[in-house]
Amino acid sequence: MTRWAMVADLRRCVGCQTCTASCKQANSTPPDVQWRRVLDMEVGEYPAVKRVFVPVGCMHCEDPPCMHVCPSTATKKRPDGIVTIDYDLCIGCSYCAVACPYQARYKTDRASFAYGKATPAEEQGYDPKRLAVATKCTFCVDRIDAGLAKGLTPGIDPEATPACVNACITQTLSFGDVEDPHSNVSQLLAENQTFRMHEELGTGPGFYYIWDKKEEGAAK
Amino acid sequence: MSTNFGPNPWHQTNWDFRAAFNFIFGGTGAGLLVVAAFSGVSGNALRAEMLLGMALIGAGLISVWFEIGRPLRAMNVGFNPFTSWMTRESFAAGLVFALGLAAAWFASQPLAQAAALAALVFAYCQGRILQAAKGIPAWRVPALIWLVFTTALAEGAGLFTAVAALFGAPASGHALGYFSLALIARALAWSIYRGGAAKATVRAALAVLDRAGKMLIQFGSIGPLALLLVGWFVPDFARIAVFLAGAGALATGWQFKFVLITRAAYNQGFALPHLPVRGTR
Repeated sequence: MTRWAMVADLRRCVGCQTCTASCKQANSTPPDVQWRRVLDMEVGEYPAVKRVFVPVGCMHCEDPPCMHVCPSTATKKRPDGIVTIDYDLCIGCSYCAVACPYQARYKTDRASFAYGKATPAEEQGYDPKRLAVATKCTFCVDRIDAGLAKGLTPGIDPEATPACVNACITQTLSFGDVEDPHSNVSQLLAENQTFRMHEELGTGPGFYYIWDKKEEGAAK
Repeated sequence: MSTNFGPNPWHQTNWDFRAAFNFIFGGTGAGLLVVAAFSGVSGNALRAEMLLGMALIGAGLISVWFEIGRPLRAMNVGFNPFTSWMTRESFAAGLVFALGLAAAWFASQPLAQAAALAALVFAYCQGRILQAAKGIPAWRVPALIWLVFTTALAEGAGLFTAVAALFGAPASGHALGYFSLALIARALAWSIYRGGAAKATVRAALAVLDRAGKMLIQFGSIGPLALLLVGWFVPDFARIAVFLAGAGALATGWQFKFVLITRAAYNQGFALPHLPVRGTR
């Protein structure tokens, strides 16, 4: 069984927001909507101050609260773990948005463009189906499906990999099948210490954060 | 609170006063149907109470209909009875309207009581809707279910007694006893909820909840109970006392739910249990 997941190595992220920009370009999201965004955190007190950059977005949870609450069945989880939204079913009630502990969902009531009038690129990517309904990161599911149909491996072959992962300049982001012990992400998880956001809520996020290597002898 | 690292939670912007009105009017309407059906009123009085209760529930649903992004697809709300409490609420509302309209048409107490049972389910669903919103710590406290449920009963009973006092037809002793019990149950539910919220939510949310809770207790429980006692022992003052008690229970319930949805709904924020270890150690 396949379970697509993303791994972010927090030691590597420099907060360049290239993932955010590439996601916006790939998915034509309107202003103020960032399916992939990077938190810029300052921790500690002078002189012991640290900056931490944390990529966030839909965690494609194993037990997604957004799916359970959705009254229209617009939100679904695929067998490979990707949580999707059917824009034709969604009524835009935003119940999923308040159920999501990761602030990953957006609703845009009217069309808006970065410079007022749509640029040719924005016109090309504009989808009226996305107005007044919930939207969020899809793990670039179209790229994954198209890539798989061509026999490519998501996370390895760029054509089958989410745009944010492809664009990451520091290889902070990795994507792959956590059920496959030989996959890139499984290797990363085996070699490093990780956590998942708000794990105590029991949602089972499909997004892992690396914060340190495993102690000597702990890695298998 | 935890010692995790991360930005402070901020207030959700997805549900505003329109969503709050669904809980405000819907809860009161459901509570009114319950007390009207079991208080022994009959004939046109029963009809009026049933219609008022349904009108309130309808007003709540219309209010939330104005909030949804795709109002013409509103019927899709009924597609997920397996896990969504919003779908279940809509089914309960449908049942309330079907049975309630029949009860009003025939002025039938058994039908009114059946509608009241559906209204109880409706009020319970409203509590579950909020509790299932995992992204809002102040809502996901399990005790909130019973606070939303009991305040619906208290508000409905408050409206019932206030309307009765206003029209010079004092509510029966049974209805006033039920009103008192509902007030006590709501105060207890608040107390239990406050304990759970203290562990779950942020200080800013607790501060506004505490202000609203204080009103709920002082002007929505202690005050109305004292007024009911005054009305019991001083018959000349009974009508105004019962009216004020009912109005107080109703108004404080409404303000609490308004605050709960529009002021205390801070989200989960983000929290890192570990900071990244960079460079040499």
